[in-house]
Amino acid sequence: MSVRVYLAEEILTAYLSGELDHHAARSIREEIDEAAQRAHPAVLVLDFRDVTFMDSSGIGLVMGRYALMQELEGELKIENLPTHIKKVMRLAGLERLANMEAGGIKK
Amino acid sequence: MKPLNEMRLSFPSKSANEAFARTAVAAFVAGLDPTVDELTDIKTAVSEAVTNAIVHGYRESIQTIYITAAIYPDNRVVIRIRDKGCGIEDIRQAMEPLYTSCPQEERAGLGFAVMQSLCDKVRVTSRLGKGTTVTLTRILSGRES
Repeated sequence: MSVRVYLAEEILTAYLSGELDHHAARSIREEIDEAAQRAHPAVLVLDFRDVTFMDSSGIGLVMGRYALMQELEGELKIENLPTHIKKVMRLAGLERLANMEAGGIKK
Repeated sequence: MKPLNEMRLSFPSKSANEAFARTAVAAFVAGLDPTVDELTDIKTAVSEAVTNAIVHGYRESIQTIYITAAIYPDNRVVIRIRDKGCGIEDIRQAMEPLYTSCPQEERAGLGFAVMQSLCDKVRVTSRLGKGTTVTLTRILSGRES
């Protein structure tokens, strides 16, 4: 699992790739948080396009980043969810927390 | 009913082995010709159970996790994930969605909810100080041959 983080006009985008489980989540979350704390973006985007596997550790990751963006008075967006990941996210009712679009969760 | 095939696996409770465990179980189950979705569901449920054993059962100390899996002629897959860790005091509470005993670790408290939604049956037995066994049963759709 790896993450690439880009900042453009107050939008911080984290492109996640690989298998997101408990083992991977720790370092990923540190990397994203460090970048967000530094940049104070208006929007944090988590892009799941290249995530090949995710269990509930990914839900923890999203919930934690939501809390962080609340703290920074910004917004969290989740983009490009593959079908199997959407299934896990739906379980958590995450569509109520984060703005999921463009291949995100739809009712 | 006699199983068509069985396997047994044990490995140290290092978080790096979460990927190994779910992939090994998926490779074994592939013998029943599951769909991609079914295989993903099984991998996800196994990943949840193994993570629970690592984080809660053994509280991140390195001990042994045991997995057995069996496939049956009626397309049933039964996977048992066992630890000899601290055990669960209140199983009903532990299985409640969003309940977590360690929120600081960003555990969503959804492990059992995910297992239950992806499996046909989830059975949990536990004894304090002795360990926990999670038994996952999933019935595969069975493709026309």
